[in-house]
Amino acid sequence: MTATPVTSTGAGRAGDKIFSGAALAAGCLILAVLFGVALFLVVQAIPALTAPAAEIQGGEGFFAYIWPIVIGTLIAAVIALVIATPIAIGVALFISHFAPRGLAAGLGYMVDLLAAIPSVVYGAWGAAFLAKEISPAYNWLAANMGWLPIFQGPASATGKTILTAGIVLSVMVLPIITSLSREIFLQTPKLHEEAALALGATRWEMIKMSVLPFARPGIISAVMLGLGRALGETMAVALVLSSGALTASLIQSGNQTIAAEIALNFPEASGLKVSTLIAAGLVLFVITLAVNMIARWIITRHKEFSGAN
Amino acid sequence: MSKRIDVKDLNVYYGDFLAVEDVTINIEAKSVTAFIGPSGCGKSTFLRTLNRMHEVLPGARVEGEVLLDGDNLYGPGVDPVTVRSQIGMVFQRPNPFPTMSIRDNVLAGVKLNNKKISKGEADVLVERSLKGANLWNEVKDRLEKPGSGLSGGQQQRLCIARAIAVEPQVILMDEPCSALDPISTLAIEDLINELKDQYTVVIVTHNMQQAARVSDRTAFFNIAGTGKPGKLIEVGDTQTIFSNPVQKATEDYVSGRFG
Repeated sequence: MTATPVTSTGAGRAGDKIFSGAALAAGCLILAVLFGVALFLVVQAIPALTAPAAEIQGGEGFFAYIWPIVIGTLIAAVIALVIATPIAIGVALFISHFAPRGLAAGLGYMVDLLAAIPSVVYGAWGAAFLAKEISPAYNWLAANMGWLPIFQGPASATGKTILTAGIVLSVMVLPIITSLSREIFLQTPKLHEEAALALGATRWEMIKMSVLPFARPGIISAVMLGLGRALGETMAVALVLSSGALTASLIQSGNQTIAAEIALNFPEASGLKVSTLIAAGLVLFVITLAVNMIARWIITRHKEFSGAN
Repeated sequence: MSKRIDVKDLNVYYGDFLAVEDVTINIEAKSVTAFIGPSGCGKSTFLRTLNRMHEVLPGARVEGEVLLDGDNLYGPGVDPVTVRSQIGMVFQRPNPFPTMSIRDNVLAGVKLNNKKISKGEADVLVERSLKGANLWNEVKDRLEKPGSGLSGGQQQRLCIARAIAVEPQVILMDEPCSALDPISTLAIEDLINELKDQYTVVIVTHNMQQAARVSDRTAFFNIAGTGKPGKLIEVGDTQTIFSNPVQKATEDYVSGRFG
């Protein structure tokens, strides 16, 4: 029997080196792409940011131009998340913990299919069908809840409002939040589920005690990914929303989102106008970055109790 | 505060597979009963039928009766949730809720089913349960810290505190020391000795010395071969099982000879 020398020839290490090199390259590539995009946005946006106020669209400077559409973007995204998050978590819980196995697989597949529908189709559906069907509801809201500024009448006759856009967006972000949440829910350690059940917890109590706390960081990540899509979604909003000036009412036409503003105006823009739109893109980029950082902060805030230790 | 369990002709199935066959056993109140036997002999499966935890797996079902002081746990209209609140369980690996503090872990079972409890009562209960689990002195200054920060043995005692906080009739322990070091194991064994003054304790263990140390009665389970159902071979006073068993299989197992 010959002993293997401790000083190995290194032949077995080649795989390690290639793999770590490839992983490093992939990591660097991400940073390079991100940095490249940021650099492009900043360089191209500078003319708009430094131009005299009168030359920017609207004639009152870049800030006056951008803030209404920032608010519009946030309104649409918030509506989408407020509608989609509870539904998505409910559907994900149903698939992971309540549905019989056969039904769960089918339902999971259907939800994933929702993500495969192109956004222009959602836009067409929202503009041609949903807007029309939902406008009676807007009239009702205007008549009965009109005292709330967000439901102030008169409601849009076409139904092409920021609320409709938000609803369409919610359908689009639903599959993202649902599938990610479902995966996290399924990963809940059996041990923790059994701990709750053995104490005499009902199924719902077990979910509250072990599944949801375990899944909390994952749900936040899923919602943030959904938010990313809602903030950046272009085609659906451009088709559904009959845009205009910023208004508080969600059921009148008006408001605009950054992504739709860029998409609608970019093809015919030139000179400073292009720069203005790119600056708007830069703002969207910064908003998304900020949202993700806040999400990270929320996740790490409870690290001590996360179960990772 | 403790009840006896009488099992009559119990068969446990997973789907069509018969996992445990025809078990009849009487478990005395305020005593420790140990289940021993080789891996896969169905002792853990059988233990889990005593509080209907096996039903967590799809397709699991039983035939026969499990009587808790005469009440059939598998009778019509019996809610497994109620069964489990009366028959507590401690698992193989310590499983405190990682997102809860030590205090909240102890109170987890008490707060179920929308029960409200005042802060004063909760404080008393937390202290009593942790003292009952011999953990109070080690954690009394850090009740608001997460339970997952404790050592394995402390976590397991926290799980016992959580189980006794709801004042169950019976405590089932599924190899509670198999993930623990010898010193923590000793602490748990001492605790089991104290628990039997108030509770009926059933413990599954791979460690025969442990069964001999902690239990009053011992049940030996065995399996004829892979794919065959597990069976209860013999049950009796621990002393008898280890020194003078009736069955040859039991003697072979407790003396370390398999065959």
